Amino acid sequence: MTVTPPSSPSSSSSPSSRERILARIRAAVAEADDAPAPTRDYLVSHIPDDPAAALDLLHRNLTDYRATVHRITAAGLPRLIADVLEKHGARSVAVPDGLPREWLGATDAEARGDEGPLSARELAATDAVISGCALAIAETGTIVLDAGEGQGRRALTLVPDLHVCVVRAPGQIVASVPLALPRIDPTRPLTWISGPSATSDIELDRVEGVHGPRKLEVVLLLAG
Amino acid sequence: MSRTHLGMPSFPPFPEAAGAAVHNATLRANLRHATHTIRDRRAVAVAELADWDRLREAGRQIKDHTLRHLDRYLEQLESAVTAAGGTVHWAADADDANRIVADLVKATGEREVVKVKSMATQEIGLNEALAAEGVSVYETDLAELIVQLGDDRPSHILVPAIHRNRGEIRDIFRAEMGNWGRAARDGLTDDPADLAEAARLHLREKFLRARVAVSGANFMVAETGTLIVFESEGNGRMCLTLPETLISVVGIEKTVPTWRDLEVFLQTLPRSSTAERMNPYTSMWTGTTDGDGPRAFHLVLLDNGRTEVLADATGRQALRCIRCSACLNVCPVYERAGGHAYGSVYPGPIGAILTPQLRGIQSEIDASLPYASTLCGACYEVCPVAIDIPEVLLHLREGVAAQGGKGHRMEKAAITAAGWVLNRPGALAAGEKLLTATRALHPKSPPGAGAWTGGRELPELPARSFRDWWRRNRR
Amino acid sequence: MRVALFVTCVNDAVYPSTGIATVGLLERLGVEVDFPRAQTCCGQPQFNTGYRAQAEPLVRRTARAFAGYEYIVTPSGSCAAMVRDHYPAFGESALGPRTYELTEFVVDVLGVTDVGAWFPYTVTYHPSCHGLRNLRLGDRPRRLLQAVRGLELRELPGAEECCGFGGTFAVKNAEVSLAMGRDKIRNAAGTGAAVLCGADNSCLMHLGGIIRRQDAPLRPLHIAEILGATEEHPYAQEP
Repeated sequence: MTVTPPSSPSSSSSPSSRERILARIRAAVAEADDAPAPTRDYLVSHIPDDPAAALDLLHRNLTDYRATVHRITAAGLPRLIADVLEKHGARSVAVPDGLPREWLGATDAEARGDEGPLSARELAATDAVISGCALAIAETGTIVLDAGEGQGRRALTLVPDLHVCVVRAPGQIVASVPLALPRIDPTRPLTWISGPSATSDIELDRVEGVHGPRKLEVVLLLAG
Repeated sequence: MSRTHLGMPSFPPFPEAAGAAVHNATLRANLRHATHTIRDRRAVAVAELADWDRLREAGRQIKDHTLRHLDRYLEQLESAVTAAGGTVHWAADADDANRIVADLVKATGEREVVKVKSMATQEIGLNEALAAEGVSVYETDLAELIVQLGDDRPSHILVPAIHRNRGEIRDIFRAEMGNWGRAARDGLTDDPADLAEAARLHLREKFLRARVAVSGANFMVAETGTLIVFESEGNGRMCLTLPETLISVVGIEKTVPTWRDLEVFLQTLPRSSTAERMNPYTSMWTGTTDGDGPRAFHLVLLDNGRTEVLADATGRQALRCIRCSACLNVCPVYERAGGHAYGSVYPGPIGAILTPQLRGIQSEIDASLPYASTLCGACYEVCPVAIDIPEVLLHLREGVAAQGGKGHRMEKAAITAAGWVLNRPGALAAGEKLLTATRALHPKSPPGAGAWTGGRELPELPARSFRDWWRRNRR
Repeated sequence: MRVALFVTCVNDAVYPSTGIATVGLLERLGVEVDFPRAQTCCGQPQFNTGYRAQAEPLVRRTARAFAGYEYIVTPSGSCAAMVRDHYPAFGESALGPRTYELTEFVVDVLGVTDVGAWFPYTVTYHPSCHGLRNLRLGDRPRRLLQAVRGLELRELPGAEECCGFGGTFAVKNAEVSLAMGRDKIRNAAGTGAAVLCGADNSCLMHLGGIIRRQDAPLRPLHIAEILGATEEHPYAQEP
């Protein structure tokens, strides 16, 4: 099974590599058996279709991967956000476009809007960021950001060391990954977040807190 | 033309390198600890999903279907990426890819690149190629950083520094960080949290000033042109988000047809890889987005021997691999030999079938890799895309045996001679009689048996064979 | 019921006591045992080393030797796996479904777990890879052992990990093979059992070779010899 790529003077602008690779692929699979599309007889969800159960599971799984989780109704949200920022000593907070301003109604921290936009160094000098999300997945304890209203550019929720993320329950919570994908627009820049930054690179032991936000506080915003 | 580049110079054959590694007590302890930790946790994470076998089968089917129609899906991917503002380049081999990336970097006027951990760029030796062009490359994954600072070689697909323990990592950080940028603080301890903090501080300045990033990708979605990177630390997000130019070098086999196909791999990859329900961060991007992230995106589609693998009916299943490294973590041979013995950026069971297919089986190391397994089957059992690694190993062994070469000529003669006897029960019975009759005269360590008797006794031969017993007692 | 004994080349030449015990056990369970004399080796060593062409005549011979039998029983998981998993690639698909590893035959076909054996010793069981992952023998061997009178079964830590034999792996990669074997023996000795039981004598040949070199207080023993022992005909040598 000698691998001897045919020699040819290809350059990055030359179309020859493209045609060569495609021709090799066609030759390689010409005699191959048919390989039909997948049957997909796996489960759509592993939990019952029950918003309360999904909320509880999301809460548990987020906590399991070292996010701090709060449950609150709209009336208590500004106070909670102020308390969370204070707990971490956050004196400045990045504010994505479209974030409801009343969420910041109780905090003294300096709000930094992104109209500028904020440079990476300015973000690095900002203590926290508050955002909403596109949706959250209970089974995996995942929050999905799609850079939509109240979420901001990807850098906003990446560079500051504390990320406070508000998830509307039950509207933004889905049970599983298969239920999440149809609700996400793949053409938007997406970030799936499951707990704070972590690494297993030292003896395969999990340590939280490397380059991304080292603290993730998730607020489950309950209706009513 | 040289064989396909896999980013490593020539190496001794596996038995030699593995034989030496087995006697390195620190390495044995590091690997045993790490692999047993992750293998137990993986089993728990997988057991949570009642439909695991069906997800595994769907993953296999998606990959097989994609490979069968790879030309079509790559063209579709190219159109989608281009429509979303990206530029697609095609690289037939390592030299091709390295030149494309070097030209793209030079065109930005930058001399520094931050890198997200990527097997494809290791495979083609991109860092060395860029260094030769005067470009400094900074690895940003913690384990890759440990390897780069230690002037070391990766030994694991997921955790390239798995062979290092915390004390060794602390020593490397103390000695080397200052030579590359921000030094580690005085009194750095070997506490993993402390080490992670040192990496954070060391790399942050690089992230903030980086203008060009190079990444790989775990998946590329043909219908949407979306690329996906799974990671844990946030270094990937930094590289994919902050620089102005992003260059992603991705093997052509990383394609999946549809957005929906991700629902399988988003479930199977994290559980197989880091034993998590979901890894901390997954980034997905489609071309470029105004005001968010890099303004220029280049996708380099890499062949580098993959189409040769695709042409092999048995071997092509290796292209299903999603680089989770579950097979390494359960492999008893890998656990004792370590990753370096495999002489490739792809170690362990998957490396033993991928490397000889990508590079060919001419060199001693490559010809020895298909034999670097007891065929115990633990790798196949955990593979989330059901690559029958033992089957491919057997297939590759046929190629090595047919090729002959060192050690295989005598082996073939012996096997042929034994086959002559074994195909004649009368001769076999006579031979057994002769052996048992003379057993008192046999030396404890007959010539040629050294590889067995180096650490084991030979079995004592019985007074008579079963065949002989049967003849006397039953017929 | 009549079965053909597929004794395997290793058992024929090196471990006839396993073959004899298998015959004794099956006959005690009311099975008529035949030994087709044309059998030699199933071709596994050649096939697993890459010598498919050299394996082929042995595959054909084996298929012919057992052609007339409804049940073929072998005291070797790896040889049963060879016939079942790899013979079809040689165009010999008929044999696999009729070939049973011994413990599989006793439990599944005969429907017996208490074979009336007596073996008053402590035993730990190593499930060899082919039995475990290819044949999916599961807990059948352990269920048989648990029903043996006098026998105390000790669980083997890391039981599912390969012993390091692997056919020619044992000599091609002797250092790694030995390291694996020594770890297996350390785990087995740690149970305090007197006997290390297995269902594949090739693995036990490797482990037994290390045990004897180390002079470890363990006796490797094939499961057929334990199941074959009774109070009337006890196991010949005290472990």
